[in-house]
Amino acid sequence: MKMPQFDYACPSSLEEAIQLLSDNEGAKVLSGGQSLLPLLAFRMAQPTLLVDIQKLAGMDRIEISADGLRVGARVRWCQIEDDKRLATAHPLFQFMINHVAHYQIRNRGTVGGSLAHADPSAEMPGVARVCDCDIVAVGNAGERVIKAADFFVAALETSLQEDEIITEVRFPPWPSGRRWAFHEFARRRGDFAIAGVAVFFDIGSDGVIADAHVGVIGAGDTPIRLDAVEQLLNGQRLDEELIGRARHLASETVDPQSDIHAAGDYRKSLVGTLTARGLRDAASSGAVK
Amino acid sequence: MKMRIEFELNGKPVSAEVEPRLTLGDCIRHELLQTGTHIGCEHGVCGACTVIVEGDAVRSCLTLAVQAAGKRVQTVEGLANGDNLAPLQQSFQKHHGLQCGFCTPGFLMTAHALLTHEPAADEERIREVLSGNVCRCTGYLSIVKAVMDARPAYQANKAVQS
Amino acid sequence: MSARIPLVGKPIERIEDRKLLLGRGSFADDIHRDGMLHAAILRSSVGHGLIRHIDVSAARALEGVHAVFSAEEIGRPVPRIPVRLFPNDGMDPFRQPVIADGKVRFVGEPIAIVIADTPAIAEDALELIEVDIEVFPAVTSIAAAVAGPALLFESHGSNRIFGYEIRRDELADIFETAAYTRRERLYVHRHTGITMETRGVVAEWNAADGYMRCWGAVKVPFANRKILAGMLDLPEDKVEMIEGNAGGSFGVRGEFFPEDFLIPFAARKLGRPVKWIEDRREHLLAITHARDVECDIAIACDGDGHILGIRADMRMNIGAYFRTSTTIAPRNVGQFVPGPYRVPAYSADVAVIASNKSPSGTYRGPGRFEADFFRERMLDLAADDLGIDRVEFRRRNLLTEAELPKPFPAITPNPVVTELDSGAYEHVLDLCLAKANWADKQHLQGKLVDGRYHGLAVCCFVEGGAAGPRESARMVLEDDGTISLYVGSSAVGQGVETILTQIAADAMELPLDAIRVFHGSTTYVKEGWGSYHSRSTVMGGNAVLLAAAEIKSQMLAAGAGLLQCSGQEVSYENGRVIAQHGGSVGLKELAGKDIAFEATFHNSKHTYTYGSHVAHVAVDAETGHIEIVDYVAIEDAGRIINPLTLHGQAVGSIVQGLGGALLEHFVYDEDGQMLSGSLADYLVPLATDFPNIRTSSIELRPSPNHPLGAKGAGEGGTIPVGGLLANAVAAALRDFHVQPTELPLSPDRIWRLVQDAPAQSGA
Repeated sequence: MKMPQFDYACPSSLEEAIQLLSDNEGAKVLSGGQSLLPLLAFRMAQPTLLVDIQKLAGMDRIEISADGLRVGARVRWCQIEDDKRLATAHPLFQFMINHVAHYQIRNRGTVGGSLAHADPSAEMPGVARVCDCDIVAVGNAGERVIKAADFFVAALETSLQEDEIITEVRFPPWPSGRRWAFHEFARRRGDFAIAGVAVFFDIGSDGVIADAHVGVIGAGDTPIRLDAVEQLLNGQRLDEELIGRARHLASETVDPQSDIHAAGDYRKSLVGTLTARGLRDAASSGAVK
Repeated sequence: MKMRIEFELNGKPVSAEVEPRLTLGDCIRHELLQTGTHIGCEHGVCGACTVIVEGDAVRSCLTLAVQAAGKRVQTVEGLANGDNLAPLQQSFQKHHGLQCGFCTPGFLMTAHALLTHEPAADEERIREVLSGNVCRCTGYLSIVKAVMDARPAYQANKAVQS
Repeated sequence: MSARIPLVGKPIERIEDRKLLLGRGSFADDIHRDGMLHAAILRSSVGHGLIRHIDVSAARALEGVHAVFSAEEIGRPVPRIPVRLFPNDGMDPFRQPVIADGKVRFVGEPIAIVIADTPAIAEDALELIEVDIEVFPAVTSIAAAVAGPALLFESHGSNRIFGYEIRRDELADIFETAAYTRRERLYVHRHTGITMETRGVVAEWNAADGYMRCWGAVKVPFANRKILAGMLDLPEDKVEMIEGNAGGSFGVRGEFFPEDFLIPFAARKLGRPVKWIEDRREHLLAITHARDVECDIAIACDGDGHILGIRADMRMNIGAYFRTSTTIAPRNVGQFVPGPYRVPAYSADVAVIASNKSPSGTYRGPGRFEADFFRERMLDLAADDLGIDRVEFRRRNLLTEAELPKPFPAITPNPVVTELDSGAYEHVLDLCLAKANWADKQHLQGKLVDGRYHGLAVCCFVEGGAAGPRESARMVLEDDGTISLYVGSSAVGQGVETILTQIAADAMELPLDAIRVFHGSTTYVKEGWGSYHSRSTVMGGNAVLLAAAEIKSQMLAAGAGLLQCSGQEVSYENGRVIAQHGGSVGLKELAGKDIAFEATFHNSKHTYTYGSHVAHVAVDAETGHIEIVDYVAIEDAGRIINPLTLHGQAVGSIVQGLGGALLEHFVYDEDGQMLSGSLADYLVPLATDFPNIRTSSIELRPSPNHPLGAKGAGEGGTIPVGGLLANAVAAALRDFHVQPTELPLSPDRIWRLVQDAPAQSGA
């Protein structure tokens, strides 16, 4: 299909971009376009104006410091893939992003675009949620820092205002020695996940789990955290018995929809399976992946 | 509202008057009449429309023509030296890496971008990258072989450049 | 003079490749004509209903729109698409109109067509057309269609719109007296051979000459010319179909579709060239669909595992209408169940069921993929029940060479007599087992290794090819001493240009570059048939042999004149006519003597390529994921013209089969909405899915039915895959007693089979 009609602007400053968004009802931000343009190609969205942010300065870098990561909204998947610093600075982030789509998409798709699109099966919303990221957006009212937990409202729906543009996403620091894993199941390589589970935790000197994070994509309206499973894990030693309980609890906690690729009960079971596999993997791999 | 854009196509400056909604693929094919790039799905899945923008393989159905303004674009027409097939194209012929040939320009441009950046890519990497392109005829084995066999030409190029 | 080395049998690199690799192919959307307009089609968004009113005024008023046509403007009665293959008067009420008039019967059925300055404007206008449809209850599944009460054709009184009976000998009381019987209900889901190039038509009307030229023809241009000429009320020689490059066919593309009328109609009406390029969503909705057949099958054996009889009661869901090639799959599915096996008594009834889905027709291995799934599943079940090794069971039942030729079971109505021609079935089974290390891998059957269960299966198949009745080839000696070869065969990406050049070069004892093949226009030969039923190499190739023989004798006669000797005193060698007295003339010197001939090869006998496949899978019982660890295929194609292109066909065909068995599925909801409407939902294999495939083609038993000896190939890879994969999964999950009865073998389905399994693994 051919796209519906819209106007196009390519402003050179953030202020100008925000002004265009507020002046034009139904305007949308165009970043890499890899989520937005397919929607237009099916005429499932009809924006009046696309505001292309490719010329905005300073949103295309990954900055690493003791405070964590600051990832610009226009950072493309291929940059994350190629950034050797991330192997230690945030291995989970890099590993998850390697599951995003395909080569050509990864050359154009951006962090901000994926967050704004808010597909509950996508990796970037998932990693933002499981890592407790802050999403920074700027609009007419100034800068707003939104917790990932508050950002994703429903499938393809966020708490962004019409005039707001995501400028960066901030990750809390990643301590060395942290245990982590990400298991995703898709029909084919690069497809959206039928379900994916990210886990990470630290092991204290007493050998028990601390600060467990368990995040799930593909099994709800938004990327989700399994609080109950995290509570089950914290303070415990990881053994097969605990993994079995976590698996069961994970599966019971989610209530996924059915679609043509998988029924809800299958997805429930899959979340349990991937949780168990993730925990085993994380335990045995340690910091090395 | 039509906009005038200029960009570089296979080393030559080109310009067109386009609606913002026109994709780069449709612009190249129907405004500039370079029909080597093929459109297979228009929703970013099949890879047939792959072209190279500023050195990166991208889907030209998920790129607006207006987004390419001022950029360097390369298509399958820019791969050969006149009528002489490039080594990658020769390798496709030798290994029977094409049947109907519709997906072929997309595979060539994807593989060309990959081997330009990563001339030593191993079979697994090649497969993974090519998984963004759909071929319905070959079953892919011959395409993967053709790309693997073209690596020495890119390695030699890299050696000359460095 | 040194002996010429034949080109047939050599892995010659394809002549076709160069243009395609340079980006200089000529596909339908590459055609640009002066003053060309663009079409878009409004399709029904309702599965079943009655059009009450269509308001196109807003669409017509949109700037850039030139015309909007619906049934009203096209004129009543609206032309309906004929059944091309095995037509029967009983099918007439169920043929598809080229545009809906009154009722709509599937989502995607054309309702109106917009012609505009650009494709985008045409699509903008589609959104402005208001259609008021009274929605009727829809039927999509076979069960719903059989149960009713919703009827696609009310006056017919039933959704069972046709039927075939297939018989071999009498089953009599075999099922009452046999030592062993088993009955199953099996189902093969709807999928098809979606092509990378979507369909496209460019039509240009020359009013002065009353001449219609159409680009975008594929597969059967001559048949489509005839149909279109009839609908436009033009003589056939005033309609030209131009093929260009075709981005895949696989049987599904190139048949006569509604747009093959609508676009030329619009071009004539407006006096401007009109282009229509199908988009991917339309393609998924409206291309020929395939499979979708349910079978109640029963097998009877003696205590030693010899098959005594098979009885099958089948229901094929053909969707909303009979179209050009719809008859093939229901016929084949009934006829191919016995396959290469000795099934002394056989009976099948195939009910053709209409439903509110897209019309179906041929797709690579039509009916045979389904029949092989039914048969090979039953063979493994019977072998296991009887405690006989699955290979040994097949050995006991495969036809021996002494039993060939073996007639197929008889089919009515529209009977066709055909027989398995030649083959060493058991020998090729052994070759395949050896290549797959079958014996060494038996310890893996059902074994859990690193979290996955391993299983292997083997099966045997036959593939039909070389459909008649005729094919044409015309050879012309050109002034420069080269030979132009005009053929009626169609190029759909299978390399027919190279193949026919090899055959012609050998026949004329010339190098490859002395032959130029022209295909792809209905003006090249008087009558051509096209590319379907794995026929181009056999039918086109034999036509080339006939033409070559004739122009050689013309050359001898002309050469004898130039050399001033009698016709008996000259011979033809490597492109020269040589006189006994020592003089000779080359082809350049013979040019200008009007040396040319159009030959037609007639054949009513089919060829049957055959072979065996082995699959080794690893199944993750927790996720339901299936990995193909190894896949080995051997087929005997009789005689191989080009091993490179044949190997390409074999691998591609297997991967399509794997796609059908594991990934591809047209899912409809109860209202007739098609839910697999993008390539993100209709999943075709990718480069990462099936890297482990080993195939070989051999030349063991040429076809005795024609001079070339080659057998049609290219579909055989697809045919056995569904049954084989299901059997391999059953072998892997044998401790769970899992028995797949339906395709596709999706993760969800495998997981569910394990969940519902009668026994859990001890592992």
